[in-house]
This record gives sequence, C-alpha cells and structure tokens, in this order.
Amino acid sequence: MVRYLIPLGLFLVLVVFLAIGLRRDPDTKLPSALLNKPAPAFSLPQLKDPTKTFSSDEMRGKVWLLNVWASWCVGCRDEHGWLLEYERSGVVPIYGLNYKDKNEDAVAWLEELGDPYVLSAVDLDGRVAIDYGVYGAPETYLIDQNGTIRFKQVGPLSPDVWSTKVLPLVQELNRQGTTK
Amino acid sequence: MTRTRLLSVLLLCLFAAVTANAQTDEAAIERRLAKLSHELRCLQCQNQTLADSPAGLAEDLRREIRVQMRAGKTDEEIVAFLTARYGDFILYKPRVTPATYLLWFGPFVILLLGLFVLFRYIRQRRDSITEQPLTDDDRRRAKELLAASRKETA
Repeated sequence: MVRYLIPLGLFLVLVVFLAIGLRRDPDTKLPSALLNKPAPAFSLPQLKDPTKTFSSDEMRGKVWLLNVWASWCVGCRDEHGWLLEYERSGVVPIYGLNYKDKNEDAVAWLEELGDPYVLSAVDLDGRVAIDYGVYGAPETYLIDQNGTIRFKQVGPLSPDVWSTKVLPLVQELNRQGTTK
Repeated sequence: MTRTRLLSVLLLCLFAAVTANAQTDEAAIERRLAKLSHELRCLQCQNQTLADSPAGLAEDLRREIRVQMRAGKTDEEIVAFLTARYGDFILYKPRVTPATYLLWFGPFVILLLGLFVLFRYIRQRRDSITEQPLTDDDRRRAKELLAASRKETA
C-alpha cells in the first residue's frame, strides 16, 4: 500500500510547487549591477534649452534623483503625479533623463502634466541609458554626494517605495553629509 | 602623360584594396555580432536573445556592440562592459559562481544520488535471493517427470 502512496505524495509536492510558481508575479526586475558603484558621468543637452548642457559632475556634493522617463512610456504616466508630489515635498531634487523621446513630445508632456524636474537631460539615442543599465523606463536612481548610486527603482516610484526606501536613505545621506 | 595615368591606376588599385578591406572587416564584425548576440539576453523581452529581439533596447545594444567591435574591443571586453551595466543576467549562459553552483552541478548531484539508490536497490535484491540447492528428493522427482514425458512423446 505504502509503495503506491509514495508517487502520489511526490505528485502532490509537485502540484504545490507549480501552484506557488504559477501564482507568483513573474519578477522580471533585476538587481542593479551599478548599486553602490559610481554613477556613470554624462553631459547632455537640456530639454527645455538645448543650447545648454547638463553634466552629472555638476551634482557633486548633492544628493539627487535621476529619473529616466519618456512621453511614450506608459509607466511614466502612472508615476508622474507621484513625482510632482515628491518634488513639492522638497526632500530631494529630481533630475530627468528624457530617454529616446521626441523633443516636442517631451516638452508637450511636461506642459500638460506638470514638470517635477529641476531640468531634464536629453538622451536621444539612449547611449547614456546603456551606461546606466536602463532596460525599461521609468527607472530612478538615487545618487549621493560622492556620485555613488545608492538605490535603484525599476518601474514607477510608488509612494510605498518612496516612504520605505528613498525617504529614509535620503535623510541618512543628508545627515552623514552635514556631519562630515 | 603616362606617368599621371600610371599614378591614377595605382591610386585606383589602392582605393579598391582599402574598400575591399573595409568590407571584409564589416562582414567579420557582423559575423562576430551574430555569434555574440546569440549568447546575450534581451532585457526587455527576457526570453529572447539579443540576436532575435526586435526591441528598441536590443537594437541599441547591437549598435553599441558594433561600435565597440569597430574600435577593436574583444568579445570578452564587450561582455565585461555589458555585465558591468546589466549584471550577469544578460548572459544567456550563466557564469559559474557560488550563486549558480546548484544550477550547474545540481543535475550531476541528482544523477549520483540516483546511481547510489539504484546500486543499493540492486544489491538488496541480490542479497534477498537465497540459494535453494536441489534435494535428492527433487532430483528423483525430476527424473520421473522426464521419463514420463519421454514415454509420452515416443
């Protein structure tokens, strides 16, 4: 009798594993290879004034967010209202990296929905995004005073992630920055 | 006159040689790209290789690989460039690291385990078979039966 129960038991174990596997949200998010590494330097024209450039070196000594966005990106639209709120809270300056977008579309998007960015840099061919390991907008990087990436969010930066991850980290970095 | 003609012919030959060389270089780069991009994952559609994917990012990455190949980078250098940015996940063939030991060696461990169990099972079966030598009585009965059957067939 027992010998017939063994295959049945194994089968049930398999069913349980498959049930768990099928119910789980397929987590396609990757850990960033650049976490705690220097943020790649870039110098790109600014969206609203293409005659000026923005260089990541200008941000030395500051804690800042780099948000990769595009007007064609669906997740960015979800995220946009939240970004405006974060900007209003004045916790950390948000800089945009406009990723493979049409300039007029990007400007129209900011006029329509509001502009949470101090400024947006234009990455027309996506070359800087490759340096940052971007594989799906929106993506957000928290960069510290020394230019090190301290946190990366793939997908919209939800209020949950903001309050549990970004906010505490920004406060800690600011504290360390002032005591130094 | 003949000198200028000779010179122009020479120049033409030189030009042809250079373009031919550039063409074979480009062909070689495309071959290398085709081979390398089959070993890399497209991160936008994660079950496709970089070679198969029509996604925008895959296109950008192929372009970047081409640029680096033209600049004389080796395949190893390009793979290092990509893993530094996207992590080991971009490699379709996972590296042998402590995190992937189970993946690489797990099947062999299971194979050895299976062989061990099989070996034990066979030994156990062999041991459970006890030898039963024929008794004199058995031999007599066998002889009788053989004799009887011989009589019947005759």
